Amino acid sequence: MQPLLRIENLVKHYAAGRSASSRDKLAALDGVSLSIAPQTTLALLGKSGSGKSTLALCIACLERPTSGSIWFEGVGVTALAESERRRVRPQIQLVFQDPASSLNPRWTALEIVSEPLLVQQRFTKQERIEKTHTLLDRVALPRKMASRRPDELSGGQKQRLAIARALALEPKLIILDEALSALDCSVQAQISNLLLDLQSSLGLTYLFITHDFAMAAHLADQIAVMDRGRIVESGLTEKILSFPCHQATRSLLAATPSLAETQNVLVEL
Amino acid sequence: MTPILEVQNLHVAYFAPTGQLCPALAGVHFDLAPGEILGVLGESGSGKSTLAASLLRLLPSNGKIQQGKVLFDGINLLEASPQNLRKIRGGRISLIVQEPSSSLHPTLQVGRQVSDALAAHKPLDRSTLREKTGQLLSTVFPADAERISRSYPHELSGGQRQRVLIAQAIACRPSLVIADEPTASLDPTTQQEILLLFRTLTQKFGMAMILITHNPALLTGFADRILVLYAGRVAEIGPTATVLSSPQHPYTEALLRCLPSHFADERSVRKARLHVIAGDPPDLSLHAKGCQFEPRCTDRMEICKCDEPAGAAVSELHNVACFKFAG
Repeated sequence: MQPLLRIENLVKHYAAGRSASSRDKLAALDGVSLSIAPQTTLALLGKSGSGKSTLALCIACLERPTSGSIWFEGVGVTALAESERRRVRPQIQLVFQDPASSLNPRWTALEIVSEPLLVQQRFTKQERIEKTHTLLDRVALPRKMASRRPDELSGGQKQRLAIARALALEPKLIILDEALSALDCSVQAQISNLLLDLQSSLGLTYLFITHDFAMAAHLADQIAVMDRGRIVESGLTEKILSFPCHQATRSLLAATPSLAETQNVLVEL
Repeated sequence: MTPILEVQNLHVAYFAPTGQLCPALAGVHFDLAPGEILGVLGESGSGKSTLAASLLRLLPSNGKIQQGKVLFDGINLLEASPQNLRKIRGGRISLIVQEPSSSLHPTLQVGRQVSDALAAHKPLDRSTLREKTGQLLSTVFPADAERISRSYPHELSGGQRQRVLIAQAIACRPSLVIADEPTASLDPTTQQEILLLFRTLTQKFGMAMILITHNPALLTGFADRILVLYAGRVAEIGPTATVLSSPQHPYTEALLRCLPSHFADERSVRKARLHVIAGDPPDLSLHAKGCQFEPRCTDRMEICKCDEPAGAAVSELHNVACFKFAG
């Protein structure tokens, strides 16, 4: 089966020095290759600074890579002109860690979720309202929340709103960049269940970027570990957990706090 | 042994803009032994940050400590004079907050900021100050303290900034360090390094510690005891291993069941629905009668709607506020 997303040798450099024209380059991505099968979840793990968020931005076509290729549904995306990329972007959506900074604090929930529909200019006002209500139902946000602003919502409700907005344009791929990390444990469980339900009812594919190995192990079919701009290990979840090979994987596993100290999945460093 | 800290029947509330009083903590009661690490486990709205602020009387202007005592080494902090309180804050009790970037001065080198923390409490001459600052930084940055000392906060990573805050917090060898979600913004590897550092410092300097977090797994192998906070009340308190392996309060039980099993290495368990706690945390401004967890509790009884359970001992060191255990 053709992967939904395929990346080959992706490189992204940023200027590292203090001046914009500095010759020093920081390789945020240093030759990344991966693929995600449709309707599956790939968890991307790595320490802070390993390049996970840069990869997310490149996949979402919000940053142009320095070199390398991205294929989405078999179509090469990196070489496309901006007008063509504009047609790909709605199919790849992002949900961020901090809903407070990704939701407009002055807009109501209704306005936030219907903004993508408004920007696309394809729907009448009535259609936008109906679609928004459907989306709020999908994420189990009561319709009375539609008139509330983000600061009137709890952390979990804000994240549901962010997910509803991400679903507005019926994407195929959702990139969740630490989307659960800032939530309380009991709320993480609720949102995790919501994501699984949406995956099976809407046929979604997820790229789940996280530090949390336990949640990654719970949600993902495949795991990829990044270190210093490269993927150092990847494979089926069961394999990575049972036989972690690379040092970066082992340190992440060892560092993940566990309730059951006696559990013996971890390999001694 | 005399406790270093005794919190007795603490009640704290906030004034809403309407003038209405909204309770945040009710009847909080616990002790802390010298050198002990207490983990305060609570989710959003449980009152954990209010607790941290109340202990040092650092509540915002609309906060009110209505009742109770906070005895630190025999002094009631709630009645201490401003001058005394000033000496205690930073000098004998330190507070470390979640977001290091908002606590560090953006245009001062970090070495200077650590010196300032020292100088605020100890009258030292310049060369002693420089020497002690160097020692402090070496404690938290064994490898490159010199370079870090000359850096500005924006040049450091999240973990490094947190270490600077820790250096400031231990500068005057306090007897108690209160850390409010100190590792929340850090990745797991850095998190573990910071916890290890805390452990080393508390053992080396005999400091007691209160670590506030929403993540139960963080407290394993770290805290000596856990206090579970729900809706501003102490739901359960006991030795860490006991509370985590056999929680007695229905809330603690439900919370621990929400966590993904570590690790779901079998396909059948992976991608299964996680347990959730039905309902939402209570709106304390409604002043509901009875046990605050009752609407969400699977073990609720008639009495739970009318009265609030007092703490009952289920074993020598383990206390639970639930009518299932009332005498």
